[in-house]
Amino acid sequence: MSTVRDILVIDDEPMVTLAVMKVCSAEGMTVTVTNYAAEALRFLEENKFRLVLCDIMMHELDGFQFLEELARRGIHTPVVMMTGYSTVGNAVKSLSSTGAVDYIPKPFTADELLTVVRRSLRCGTLLDEAESAGLPRNGAMSYVPCPANYYRLGYISWVEMEDKGTAKVGVSDLFLKAAEGISNFELSAPGEDLVQGIHCAVAISTDGSVHDIMCPMGGKVLEINAGAQSNPSLVEKDPYFRGWLYRILPTDPQSDLQWLDL
Amino acid sequence: MSSAQEQVSGWFMLNSKIGFKLTFGVVLTVLLAIGIFAFFNIQSETKSLLNEVKRHANQLSDALKSDTEYDMLHNDRGRIHESIRRLGSQDSIDRIRIFNKAGAVIYSSDSNEIGEMVDKQAESCYRCHSAGKPLESLAMKERARVFRPHPDSSRLLGIINPIYNAPSCWTAACHAHPKTQTVLGVLDVTIPLTEVDRDIHRSRLAVVVLAISVILILSLIVGYMVRWWIDRPVQELLTGMKHVADGNLAYRVSVNTDDELGMLARSFNNMTEKLAQARLQLFQSDKLASLGRLAAGVAHEINNPLTAVLTYSSYLLKRSKGQSEACDDLNVIVSETIRCREIVKSLLDFARQTVPKKRKADINEIIGRAATVVESQLTMGKVKLVMDLDQTLPRVTVDANQIQQVFINLTVNAADAIGESNGTIRITSRAISLQPTAVLQIKRALCPKRHDLVDRKVRIDAKPAISMRYRTKEGTGLIYLNPMYGSDQHKLNGMPVFGDNVELLCPDCSVSLMPEGEICPQCGSRIFSFEVPLKGFVQGCLKEGCGWQRWEQVDAAWNDEFVEVRVMDDGCGIPETQLPKLFEPFATTKGQKGTGLGLAVTWGIVDNHNGTITVESEVGVGTTFIIRIPVES
Repeated sequence: MSTVRDILVIDDEPMVTLAVMKVCSAEGMTVTVTNYAAEALRFLEENKFRLVLCDIMMHELDGFQFLEELARRGIHTPVVMMTGYSTVGNAVKSLSSTGAVDYIPKPFTADELLTVVRRSLRCGTLLDEAESAGLPRNGAMSYVPCPANYYRLGYISWVEMEDKGTAKVGVSDLFLKAAEGISNFELSAPGEDLVQGIHCAVAISTDGSVHDIMCPMGGKVLEINAGAQSNPSLVEKDPYFRGWLYRILPTDPQSDLQWLDL
Repeated sequence: MSSAQEQVSGWFMLNSKIGFKLTFGVVLTVLLAIGIFAFFNIQSETKSLLNEVKRHANQLSDALKSDTEYDMLHNDRGRIHESIRRLGSQDSIDRIRIFNKAGAVIYSSDSNEIGEMVDKQAESCYRCHSAGKPLESLAMKERARVFRPHPDSSRLLGIINPIYNAPSCWTAACHAHPKTQTVLGVLDVTIPLTEVDRDIHRSRLAVVVLAISVILILSLIVGYMVRWWIDRPVQELLTGMKHVADGNLAYRVSVNTDDELGMLARSFNNMTEKLAQARLQLFQSDKLASLGRLAAGVAHEINNPLTAVLTYSSYLLKRSKGQSEACDDLNVIVSETIRCREIVKSLLDFARQTVPKKRKADINEIIGRAATVVESQLTMGKVKLVMDLDQTLPRVTVDANQIQQVFINLTVNAADAIGESNGTIRITSRAISLQPTAVLQIKRALCPKRHDLVDRKVRIDAKPAISMRYRTKEGTGLIYLNPMYGSDQHKLNGMPVFGDNVELLCPDCSVSLMPEGEICPQCGSRIFSFEVPLKGFVQGCLKEGCGWQRWEQVDAAWNDEFVEVRVMDDGCGIPETQLPKLFEPFATTKGQKGTGLGLAVTWGIVDNHNGTITVESEVGVGTTFIIRIPVES
C-alpha cells in the first residue's frame, strides 16, 4: 500500500496549493495537495512523503499544532513552512525544536520555491543517512561538528555570542551540504541592519540556484569575513570557525535567542 | 421660565460672580466705616453746637446777674423789671425769670407770669430739687437743660443761675434777706434752639449726603477696578478653558498683565501649547500605529493571491523560454509582481516601527523606500519620479521610519500639486556643510524676568521674530531681531545708531536686556543677552556693520555636516500668501482632500531631528521643499 511520494503540500488557499503542485510536478516530482491539515495527517499515515510544505496560518489546525502532531505520531518527514513576510517571527518559532527544517516567505517565484524544495529534499536525505549511520536526527551531528555553545536557527544558520557583546553569524554545514556546492556568497555591507528571520545573505550554488540564508539574529553588521566572500569553499570546509560570515552588534539578543536551539 | 424665575436665576448668577462678591464685600466695609464715622461726626458736632449755645446763654445769664445786682441792692424793682423785660424781648431769648426761694416768680420778661408759683417738680427747678433736699450749689455743666414745653414745639435751652447770698445783701439798706439764707433765688434764662436745631439738621444732612456720595463713588471705582483687574481676566481665562475643554487647543488667552492672573494666563497658554504638541504627537503615533496594523493586515491578506500570481507567472516564464514574445510579456508580469512583493515588504518595514529609534541610516535608502511606497500611487497618474542621489552621502543618525514618513508626505504633496497633468517629481540628495547661523533658529527667548521675547505676530522670513524695546534720550520704539542665529537682517524700525546711549529693554516689563559691563569682543559696544530655555544664553551686538552674536552652548557642540534633500515638483505652486502658514496644523491648501496635518507632522519630525525644512515656490512653476538634517543628531 505504501508508496513513496515526493511532496505533500498543505495550505488552506487552493490557488497556492495548485500553483505549488504545478511548478513541482513540472519538475517531475510527485506531489499531493490538500487544503486541510487533518487530511494531511491521514495522507502521512497512509503514504511515505519525502517532504512536507505547510502553511503556518491555517484555520482548523495551524502550522505549530500540525508540527506537534507529527512529533507525537513519530513522523520524521522534514517540513518546510510557508509564511508571509508579516509572520516571519512565526516561521522562526517553527524552526525551533518543533522540527521544521526550513521556511519560504510568501509570495515566491517558481525558482525560489524549487530551490528551497530541492535543498530540503536533499536535507531530508542527509538526515536519513545520518540516522541510519546511528547519529541523532537533530542537526547537531553532521559532517563538521557544530560547537556546543553555538545557537542554531534550524538547519540554516548559527550565531555565536562573543564576550564583547558582539556576535558571529555563519551558515550551518547541513545547509551548505544540501545546497550542493556554493560558487559565490553575496553578503550585506557593514553598517546594514539585519533582522532575525529575514535573509541576510545569498548563496549561489554551482547550478545557478539562489539560496537565501535566513538571519539567526537581528543586529547591525560590524564586519564581514572577507575570506569567506573571496573563497566560498572556505565556508564549506570550515563553516563554524574560519568560514563565519558576519560579526554583528545584536539589537535585541535576549528576545532573539529564545527562538534558537543550543 | 417665568420672569420672576429669570430674575432669581439672574440674581444667583450675579451672586456667584467673584467680581460681584468682591465689590459687594468692599462696598459693605466702606458703608460700615463711613456710617460709623458719620454717626460720631454728627454726634460731636451736635454736642459742640449745643455747648456753644450753653456757653453763650451762661454768659448772658451772668451778664444779666451782674447788671441787675446794683438795682437789687437798692431794691429798685422798677429798673429790674425794665431790664428783664427789655432783654427778654430780644428774638434770640425766649424769656427771663427770677424766682425767689419759695418758687414765686418775682421778675419775668413775660409780665403775666409775675407772682405765679412754680412747682418744684417743674423742669426749671427739677435739677436742684430732684434729690428731695435742694442743692445749694450747682456745677456749671448742670445748670443747662434742654426741653420742649409741648411735644410739638421746638426745643428750648434753659440756664438756671442761682443767686447766692452775699454780705452786701444782708447789709443792704432794705434788709430784705437774712444772713442765714444761702440761695436767695434763681435767675432762669430760656433760649430757643430753633436756629441751632436747623444748623444741626443741615450739617447732619451734609454728612449723610457726603457719606452716600463717597460710598457711591468708591463702589463705582472698586467695581470698575475689580472688573478690569479680576473679572475680565477671569472671564477670559474661563473662555479659554471652555475652548480647551471643547478641544480647541489653538486658543490662546490674551491676558498681558504682570500679576498672578497674568502669570496664570501665561502658564495656561504654555500648558495648552504643550498639550497641543502632545496631542499632535499622540495623534501622529496613533495614526502611524493604526496605519501599521492596516499595513500588516493588507500584507497578510495580499500574500496568498500574490503567491498564486507570482508562482504561476514565474512558472510560465520558465516554460516559455525560447518564445520571445510570450517571454517578454511574462517577464513584465513577474517583475511587476515582484515589485508588489517589495511594496508589501516596505509596508511591513513601516509597520514594524514601534518606538522611534534614532540610529545611523542611509538617507538614500530611506528615500528609495519612501519612493516604493508612493510609486504605486504615482503610476496611476502621469507623474514621473526622478531621483538624483549622491551615493557618497554620510550616514545620518535618524529615525528611519519617521524620515521615511517625511519623504512620503512631501512626495504625495508634490504629486497632488501636479494633479492630473504630466509632471515630474525630482528628489535630490547631497552632503553640505552648514554653519549654525544658516540653520539654527532661536525659537524661544526670555528676558531676565522670564517674559517671552518671541513675537509670533511679527515674522521675518516667516519665522517669529524676537522683539525688544530701545530707549534713548530722544525716544523709544520696538525693534525686531531675525530669529536665525547669527543673522543681521533685523527690523530696526529707525532705531538711532547703536551706541552707549541706546538701552535695550524687554517690551513687557522694561527690564534691561544689556548686562552691565559686558562688551562686544569685536567692536567694544555694549551687548544684549537673553536666555533660551535649556539651551543657554544668546549674546549679540547691534552696532551697524558688526552683527556679532554668540550662543556658547550651541557653538561648543556644533557639527557642520548636513545632508540636504530637495523634493521638487513642477506642479501648481503655492501662493505667496499661504507660505508663512504652510507648516501650521490644519492649514491645508487641498480643501476637503487634506487633513492639514501632513506638513505639520513633517515639520515636527524634521524639527525633532534638529533639522530645517524650507520651501521655495512659484505659482505655475513649481515647489521645492528643502530638508537639511545634521549628520550627528
